[in-house]
Amino acid sequence: MSEEEDPLLSRTSDPERGVVARGLAFIGLAMLVAPLLLLTSSGPSQAAGLCLPLNPETGAIGGTIGDRANPIADADVTLTKPDGTTDDETTGEDGKFCFNDTPPGDYSVSVDPDSLPKDFEIVPPPKALQGPDGGLKVTVKVTGQPTGATLTVRPKGFSNSTSNWDEFLQSAVSGIRLGLLLALASVGLSLIYGTTGLSNFAHAEQVTLGGMVGYGLINVAGLPLFVGGLLVVVICGFTGWFQDRVLWQPLRRRGLGLTQLMIVTIGLSLAMQYSFQFFAGADTKRVIVARATVRHFGPVTITDRSLVSMAISAVVLGLVGFALLRTRVGRATRAVSDNPALAQASGIDTDKVIRLVWTVAMGLAGLSGLLYALVVNGIKWDTGLQILLLLFAAVTLGGLGTAFGALLGSLVIGLVVELSPLVIPGDFKYAAALLILILLLLVRPQGLLGRAQRVG
Amino acid sequence: MSEPMATTTTTRGLGDPATRLALMSGVSPEPGASKPDSILTVDKIVRQFGGITAVDVDHLEVQRGIITALIGPNGAGKTTFFNLITGFDRPTSAGQGAHWTFDGSSLDRTSASRVAKSGMVRTFQLTKALSRMTVMDNMMLGAQNQAGENLAKSLFKPFWGAQEKEIEAKAVELLERFKLLDKRTDYAGSLSGGQRKLLEMARALMSDPKMIMLDEPMAGVNPALTQSLLGHVQSLRDEGMTVLFVEHDMHVVRHISDWVVVMAEGRLVAEGPADTVMSNQAVIDAYLGAHHDTDLGDDALLSDAAFEQIEKEVAEEDAEREEEQS
Amino acid sequence: MDDIQQILQSMMREAVSPTTAAVALAVIGLNIHFGYTGLLNIGQSAFMLLGAYGFAIMVDQGHSMWLGILVGLLLAFVFALVLGVPTLKLRGDYLAIVTISAAEIVRYVGRSVGYEWLFKLTGGAQGIPGSHYRGPFSDLSFFPGGDTVLLEFNYHDVGGGSTVVRLVGWVVVIGLIWAAVRIGRGRMGPAAGGARAGILAGLIVLTLFGLFFLVPVGAQNTGVNGWWYTFVAWVLVALGLMIVLGLTRSPWGRALRGVREDEDAMRSLGKNVFAIKMQALVIGGLFGAVGGMMYVLPAAVQPDALGRNITFFCYTSLLLGGAATIWGPVLGSLIFWVGRIAIIGISNTYLSSDNYINIMNGQQTSQFAFIVIGVALMLLVIFRPQGILGDKRELRFNV
Repeated sequence: MSEEEDPLLSRTSDPERGVVARGLAFIGLAMLVAPLLLLTSSGPSQAAGLCLPLNPETGAIGGTIGDRANPIADADVTLTKPDGTTDDETTGEDGKFCFNDTPPGDYSVSVDPDSLPKDFEIVPPPKALQGPDGGLKVTVKVTGQPTGATLTVRPKGFSNSTSNWDEFLQSAVSGIRLGLLLALASVGLSLIYGTTGLSNFAHAEQVTLGGMVGYGLINVAGLPLFVGGLLVVVICGFTGWFQDRVLWQPLRRRGLGLTQLMIVTIGLSLAMQYSFQFFAGADTKRVIVARATVRHFGPVTITDRSLVSMAISAVVLGLVGFALLRTRVGRATRAVSDNPALAQASGIDTDKVIRLVWTVAMGLAGLSGLLYALVVNGIKWDTGLQILLLLFAAVTLGGLGTAFGALLGSLVIGLVVELSPLVIPGDFKYAAALLILILLLLVRPQGLLGRAQRVG
Repeated sequence: MSEPMATTTTTRGLGDPATRLALMSGVSPEPGASKPDSILTVDKIVRQFGGITAVDVDHLEVQRGIITALIGPNGAGKTTFFNLITGFDRPTSAGQGAHWTFDGSSLDRTSASRVAKSGMVRTFQLTKALSRMTVMDNMMLGAQNQAGENLAKSLFKPFWGAQEKEIEAKAVELLERFKLLDKRTDYAGSLSGGQRKLLEMARALMSDPKMIMLDEPMAGVNPALTQSLLGHVQSLRDEGMTVLFVEHDMHVVRHISDWVVVMAEGRLVAEGPADTVMSNQAVIDAYLGAHHDTDLGDDALLSDAAFEQIEKEVAEEDAEREEEQS
Repeated sequence: MDDIQQILQSMMREAVSPTTAAVALAVIGLNIHFGYTGLLNIGQSAFMLLGAYGFAIMVDQGHSMWLGILVGLLLAFVFALVLGVPTLKLRGDYLAIVTISAAEIVRYVGRSVGYEWLFKLTGGAQGIPGSHYRGPFSDLSFFPGGDTVLLEFNYHDVGGGSTVVRLVGWVVVIGLIWAAVRIGRGRMGPAAGGARAGILAGLIVLTLFGLFFLVPVGAQNTGVNGWWYTFVAWVLVALGLMIVLGLTRSPWGRALRGVREDEDAMRSLGKNVFAIKMQALVIGGLFGAVGGMMYVLPAAVQPDALGRNITFFCYTSLLLGGAATIWGPVLGSLIFWVGRIAIIGISNTYLSSDNYINIMNGQQTSQFAFIVIGVALMLLVIFRPQGILGDKRELRFNV
């Protein structure tokens, strides 16, 4: 009987491979650190310049057109003074304007709509705050300090009288978008739990890593989007491989308990968060600086980037699903995720499968982070903090250890997060998702698709 | 208010073998037979896992004050049955006729801790000695109704100091009886397997139970220690305790049990005194698996040769036993 | 040498700071949860936040300080019940996920602006400024006005504050600490009883004296971060330690450890495991609430400051000092916060200045400190899970 070269069957390790592995590890580490170093040479800091009055006897009126993540440059702002004369200013790169000689009195601030980007308009101020020409009424009362003027910008085509159905559709689309992005990351998280029993608290930082590396490669180093994107996935996948090789597998071999491993992931999460902050600063980083083009499909408004991201997510998830169902490796993965001991007894090399799971999971997480950064137009060192619980909610909802459960759970969580502002105030949207999670755990601890093993 | 430190229960001690024989002779050797003074009665206990029925016991009564053995081949459902009646598992038939009573009080819907508090304590197949606590701590935990375990009172020593001393004295006495006294400050994890079994038994006795259920007490114990364990179990019975134990070792079963219950495939197949039960056809079938692939309706498969072989083996065992007893 | 003295100065300030004591209280609570009972509660920050909100909102709305404290404790109590009833019957990782989610919900609710009445009470993300609720507490102070330096008699007065004097002093102090740790772990000196307690107390007093001698700290008697705050905070810690001592030495404490060891065995002995776990959750949560109140008194109630990372810091402190020990939480908190300041100080002086190496700026030094903390937590759990004071034999980690 010829010995088949089955890559999944257990084999004793080859000593030569140790050397090769170390070499690869070194190269890989360099590959990982390089983009991060790029981040340290980021562009001029966006330190906010304060709008100060010319002298202590007069006042100043200042504000920002757009917001910190999407400032609108080159907008023409007109200040109408109490005596009827006007003053003009054009906003800079940071979207700010500043009129620094405004003695106390009633002023009006307005923006020339033609100076705004194609698809945007200024939200008309509430009647009570409207000046005679429809601009924002600003009353300067103090001297020596600036008075703020807040003008909100919104995408054109926004109609105040959107019907409930329209709002629902818009939110549902956003929910599916969020769900798909979460699914990319949570599938990996669920498989890691299934194959090793580990709840990886650093998973969200892996998502942030994708966004950060994307920023470094595409924004700072100037690589084209798709090349950069591919590299992001490869680099992040490598971090997964590296982690299992250097950290998780040796610790598993040492017999470290699951709680201890969980705390190790907590430490890793802390270290990663602050590393991002250390190398990239505390402000939001954008992967693509140019503004996204907005499209309208009936009542739904969505950017080009969102569409592409959703498409990529769906395709990748489809591939992952196909792989899990139809390929040998995929089936082996599901077997290990279901029952590691049994899988090992059947001759599957669980270590190899686990290594593969870590690599693919981190690659997917990195992709998720990159797409997330594109969709919400920015990534920050603490983006992970917001996402982590959504990921856990999605995975637990779907059933810890099942990949398809994670997908389903992510879509549910995404929809809950985006649809809940329709019924409760927007700040509670994440809280709503978490509450749903807690309630579900009471009723069905094994999740939607999980099996009712001993959960307690 | 402290409880008296009696280790005997209120029933008449059945130390005399003749008394026990007389007591059980009136009981018909059928599964589910009624007993003169049943301390534990179970009805319609069914447990299903997916499509498999692990336990399906229609009626069982356990006589007070004697040693009852629960035997059966592997997978017969003995430990599952134990778990069901001690509250560690819920019968599928709960609420649909499952009913069991212990010493007069109903236990149907109770949790494991309430079962223990009503006087029925159990040990485990894989000893659950609290390894990272000392032997003494293990023993102290065995006592019930400790005032000091109440959160409010625990901060004030006067509330529980005296009781603690009493419990400690009782623990010392039990440890001495089980020959574990010099290990009192060692961590339970450092004891040998047999010593841990003794510890579990001693710990179970701290609460003065009315009935003690031992799940395979002799498993993994060296022969010398088996003798000592058997002696302890018998003296418990002599002091009035009811003992129910699961065992595989037939010699042990024959040696100390006053009554034997046989389970197979989740059901009761036979009951009776040790010697007669062994020769019961249903029991033989259960152990030899004659039911599994035999069509009992087909006479041609029940060959004389097979029966002769079995009879020969039984005769040999009988001869052995007679030798032991003489 | 002056650079080092300055770093030591900031370290000392942090060590006596009421914030360190407040976190120590929360860690004592976490020790009851995780160290003694094995409950994986990753939501201790929520208990702290609820205690802080309860206290601050009550006082801000004009009620008495004592009512505020009661409300804060009550909020934590109810929260523990709400958390515990559904989850204490589930596996450990589920408790972890639920507690961390619940903590986030508390934080989101605290920083929300959606409901007007809620926003009026909590102040949203900005929170409640300390001046709104600090008053009654400061008024309680029975310290005389003015400043005090601890100690007035310090190294400057011996040998003109020379380096030699200071070095000798440090050697003595380190020796005292080492002896105290060894006696505390039972490796040296009398094993138990009054003599041991007496010697330990003496060593601690001498160590404190020595530390203040070498690194004198001056502050207001009754101001924000004044000695009054420090005094009350550390008195609370001492009270907490005494309570924990009493609890763990009692049969209830024994039952806790039994539950951590093996719940099924405890059930078979007639113990109500659910009730025991719930009691532990409540007690630990109450400690967290008191810690939260103490934490915000000198500062402000800001939901983001008492977020998830604070829980992680608590775990680091607990594991550092030694879980399931009496002194572990205090020692761990001290080392954590002082260590963090030390790292910041050292990096500021040597890694971010033109005098030595300049690889990071002022903001980056505090981020660097957190990176070090994250890595330290990983190494700690891998190589020395019992921390400094813990006993490896007694440590049961698997939930």
